[in-house]
Amino acid sequence: MIIETQGLRKQFGSTVAVADLSLQVAEGEIFGFLGPNGAGKTTSIKMLLALVEPTSGAGRVLGAPLGDRAARTRIGFLPEHFRFHESLTATELLRFHGRLYGLRGASLDARIDRLLARVDLIDAADRPLRGYSKGMLQRVGLAQALLNEPRLVFLDEPTSGLDPLGRLLVRSIIDELRTDGVTVFLNSHLLGEVELTCDRAVFVKRGRVIEELRLSAPRQLLDLEIRFGQPLPDAEVLNGLSRFGTDVTRRSADVVTLRIQSEEGIPAIIAWLVERGLQMYAVQPRRKSLEDVFLDVMGDDERPG
Amino acid sequence: MRDIITLAHLTLVEARRRRIVFAGAACALAFLVVFSIAVVFAHREMLADRVSFVERQGTLTAITLVGFMAANFLSVIFAILLPIDTLSGEIDSGVVQTLATKPIDRAQIVLGKWAGHLILALGYVLLLSAGILLTIRVVGGLTVAGAPRALPLLMLEITLSLTVAVAGGARFSTVTNAIAAVGFYGVSFIGGFVEQIGGFSGITSMRTIGIIVSLISPADSMWRLAAHYMEPEILRSTGALAFGASVPSPLMVWWAAGFTLLTLLYSIAAFRRRAL
Repeated sequence: MIIETQGLRKQFGSTVAVADLSLQVAEGEIFGFLGPNGAGKTTSIKMLLALVEPTSGAGRVLGAPLGDRAARTRIGFLPEHFRFHESLTATELLRFHGRLYGLRGASLDARIDRLLARVDLIDAADRPLRGYSKGMLQRVGLAQALLNEPRLVFLDEPTSGLDPLGRLLVRSIIDELRTDGVTVFLNSHLLGEVELTCDRAVFVKRGRVIEELRLSAPRQLLDLEIRFGQPLPDAEVLNGLSRFGTDVTRRSADVVTLRIQSEEGIPAIIAWLVERGLQMYAVQPRRKSLEDVFLDVMGDDERPG
Repeated sequence: MRDIITLAHLTLVEARRRRIVFAGAACALAFLVVFSIAVVFAHREMLADRVSFVERQGTLTAITLVGFMAANFLSVIFAILLPIDTLSGEIDSGVVQTLATKPIDRAQIVLGKWAGHLILALGYVLLLSAGILLTIRVVGGLTVAGAPRALPLLMLEITLSLTVAVAGGARFSTVTNAIAAVGFYGVSFIGGFVEQIGGFSGITSMRTIGIIVSLISPADSMWRLAAHYMEPEILRSTGALAFGASVPSPLMVWWAAGFTLLTLLYSIAAFRRRAL
């Protein structure tokens, strides 16, 4: 495992930021870390990067204890709001960070040029950061996170402040990292983005992992909505439908929904209903989006952050 | 060590780009211009009035010490304000997060920033001191014999004041740190006055209080010892100038150096513990 934690907890005074973080991330995985504001996501990332010391619990990153200096040579990190000394140019910033990774000379310069081209900042490479837009800062921050050719990259809201083209760029970089076998720990509010890029995601609520979802495999669960004509389905029909799926619910007099495993089950349901003389005007399968899953998992007690 | 140099270099580049170096040099130059004009006119008038050589030298020495007092005060303020937000400001803005996740020890971040700022602050005090000594030598022909002994003490005072400001930044917010660091020097400054008045008036309790304050905050005692060394031997033995009324013990130099080292170690420990 690239990341492994058991019961990581962080408390600031009487406030519990992270209650009990236990998770595992495999090598080469694109891992989504989801949760509402205040769920403890950023504090969790900071604990994994040793920016914040856990109150209790244990963890290992790249096989070493949290904060291990040697392990940090193979870790990249893009903070949520990337900021650096605004008087520096992008090239100077990357050269400076490269030196802190122990990189020097022509190989560092070549790597800087390659990364600046990759994040589409070649034209602005020699301009001070103070003239950069939020999106440009985020992109130079991304280049900084990849400077050491990391095995593990933490991206905390990498598309924050980026326009659709910038978001596309980040997504393609994450795809390249996947191809190169780099593990990506992605914290993002943009669920659509996580859905498109991640292999697996966990949902965090009040500092605990409460749900895990594999996104790389085709997702099984579908919500099937059936609109009936006369005669309307009675209780016996509803009971009968429960053998095809779960959560059978009458939404209105003529609409029934149920959750099924896959589309392959739909013909059998229709055949069964027709056998009973029921008429159907619409049968609509709807795959649950990550947003639907998120809302289900978080429950009704969660308020906007 | 290489990472400390890299971080110190970044600090210097940043200071130059933010025009801190320019502002410091311009203020130092302005001070030296005013000082030189004062010395030129004072010396010219003394010559016109046919003031004796010994009297002229005494007056020039007094002017030199007043010049050093002002230069010392400016340098201490420069040394306190220069690094005041170097840690706290970068913690608040998140800049430090990308640094602290690099394969370096947090101590190297503190030491790199401390070293970078120290080079600037020492450069500032040395520029002012050299300007004063050169002016007084060229205009009045006076050589301050005690300067080689005094300058290291001024540099120690600057190092101590700067280290206190860096340590405060590892623990407090920028504004709190500024208040604490200036207050810390203020206590030392007042303690020095109390000690001097006690020395002049022979009130032992005042002198003792001044010495205790100097032990708590030893910055100003380095200036008073430096000033004492810069007084001519004849005035030093009589205690005729203000700085001879109560001279800090040479042991205070060791305490100031130890205090600086302990403060630097504290700043490293505080920054290592700090949640970023």
